[in-house]
Amino acid sequence: MTGGVNPRAKAALAGLRRGRIELRQSVTSAQDLWGALFFPAVALLVMYLLRGRTVPGTAFSLGSQAVPGILALNVVLNGMMALAMTLTMDREDGTLLRAKATPNGVIGYLVGKITGRAGMVLVGLLVPLVPSLLLFDGLRPDRLDTWLILAWVLALGLAAIMPFGAILGSLASSAQGLGVVTVPMMALMAISGAFYPVTAFPGWVQAIAQAFPLYWIGLGLRSALLPAGLSAAEIGASWRHLETAAVLGLWAVAGFAAAPAVLRRMARRESGSAVAARRAKAMQRLM
Amino acid sequence: MKLSTSKFNETLEGMGSGAKTRSPGDDAEAVIETRDLRMRYGSAEVLRGLDLRVRRGEVVALLGPNGAGKTTTIEILEGFRRRSGGEARVLGVDPDDAGEAWRARLGIVLQSWRDHGRWRVRELLAHLGDYYAPYGAPGRPRPYDVGELLGWVGLTGQADAVIGTLSGGQRRRLDVAVGLIGRPDLLFLDEPTVGFDPQARQDFHELVHRLAGLEDTTILLTTHDLDEADRLADRIVILVAGTIVADGTAAELSRRVSGTAEVRYRLDGQAHVTSVEDATGHVRGLFERHADAITDLEVRRVRLQDVYLAMVREFESGRRTEAPRHLAEVTA
Repeated sequence: MTGGVNPRAKAALAGLRRGRIELRQSVTSAQDLWGALFFPAVALLVMYLLRGRTVPGTAFSLGSQAVPGILALNVVLNGMMALAMTLTMDREDGTLLRAKATPNGVIGYLVGKITGRAGMVLVGLLVPLVPSLLLFDGLRPDRLDTWLILAWVLALGLAAIMPFGAILGSLASSAQGLGVVTVPMMALMAISGAFYPVTAFPGWVQAIAQAFPLYWIGLGLRSALLPAGLSAAEIGASWRHLETAAVLGLWAVAGFAAAPAVLRRMARRESGSAVAARRAKAMQRLM
Repeated sequence: MKLSTSKFNETLEGMGSGAKTRSPGDDAEAVIETRDLRMRYGSAEVLRGLDLRVRRGEVVALLGPNGAGKTTTIEILEGFRRRSGGEARVLGVDPDDAGEAWRARLGIVLQSWRDHGRWRVRELLAHLGDYYAPYGAPGRPRPYDVGELLGWVGLTGQADAVIGTLSGGQRRRLDVAVGLIGRPDLLFLDEPTVGFDPQARQDFHELVHRLAGLEDTTILLTTHDLDEADRLADRIVILVAGTIVADGTAAELSRRVSGTAEVRYRLDGQAHVTSVEDATGHVRGLFERHADAITDLEVRRVRLQDVYLAMVREFESGRRTEAPRHLAEVTA
């Protein structure tokens, strides 16, 4: 009987195909597209109305300044919260159990889930970015720099947040259970400098914001899309690329260290009766 | 019809002890073997020492009412649940620490699936088949060809349908196809025909026979329908309250209980019901002793179905929450 690396590699490849299939399903589903684009659509509309106000101390539009932060928020919503949500739903409907019943199926499932979700993050970033470039003055899509920075910040940002999305999805007993995380997420969104320069907040608020990836992804996207001069509005009057890479890298290392054990525990607990029990509970909630 | 408790005990005792003496093909390779298999959830004992043996190529039905422990047993054997005690070997390996190569030899059909609702039928089968490909062997290539498999389960016309749009029966056929895709050596079917119309049921029975006969697939299925167990399985194992109370072919089990008959009569206006081995002798005795005082005499042969249904009724009504004590002794 063959065993070892080869079947696992094959499963990982199957996972990539799985990710492609699921991404195709998402981009052709009105519900999924709405989920991925609803927040930036609303936020960008608000910012468009505020485009006449300026960043304190500059002549730059406050609306334009907020665009990268909004996109960063959407990266976290699509990359972490939505990943957690699909994981709990896949446990409820038996998708994960099916993966467990298949040899190396959990590997394929996770590879598929992560690549498919990463694809949706790109959709959620690029689709709102295009109209933003037309609607807001001062964004800089014409530099090679912009796209290089965008690429590494996004790659490192996803590495930092996706393992935690998977962990949240594993720990929550149901999709409703994720509500607990939503409230602190909102608070974090408010203080992470997406809507208003973070330097306007007290020091301790800035410290909290800087502990989480959201702020750094936002900072990275601002450094990619905004004119160099606007770094003056940031902490330390700098885009702080080195610190961005360091903090996101730390989160990624922590996430990749913790996620496998949590995911294994979740997968180990899956069984037909566990799925049936969750379904019974979900039915009760409906009644 | 109502049977007394002592009746089951008698008849089932016969069934249980009979199982010990039968031995067709006992030397054949055991695909599943458990010894004193036990499961507890907190203080509740769900399995109370199961000794189960399934030989290669056999179709065995685990028959029992809801809550008897059928699904728990199957989940332990599938490696989805850790047993509390006893020994278990599935395809020669302890399911608690079996690897993916072992998993590749199993096919699993659970009671209900709702997964992959947005996938297309053929797409999902082809995708899941990919995971089995590295585990194929010259004599047993894996996975099955998707088109062939769809034909077997009668879903050729739905190959490109979105799974979420399938009817209940079609969905169940797909579940069976997914369980089969890796050309399993051992197939677990948990209540496979729930939601099937009579035609689908008939097709499914043919498929099971084909798998066992031509594909050398060993099958362990659960059902609470004796008729289905009879039609599908080479051997029936009756599980009640976590204990095997009978084990044998349908014919053997029927023969064992059909020796018993139920005699009903009125003696001086008072109704009596007794179960006896020798109905003729018993009735002759009644007439010798009471003559004309006996009225409304009725002799009824006990069928396996009657014994099983009465047992299920008693179990489900909550009057019995564990197996009769001396039954447990018989099978222990």
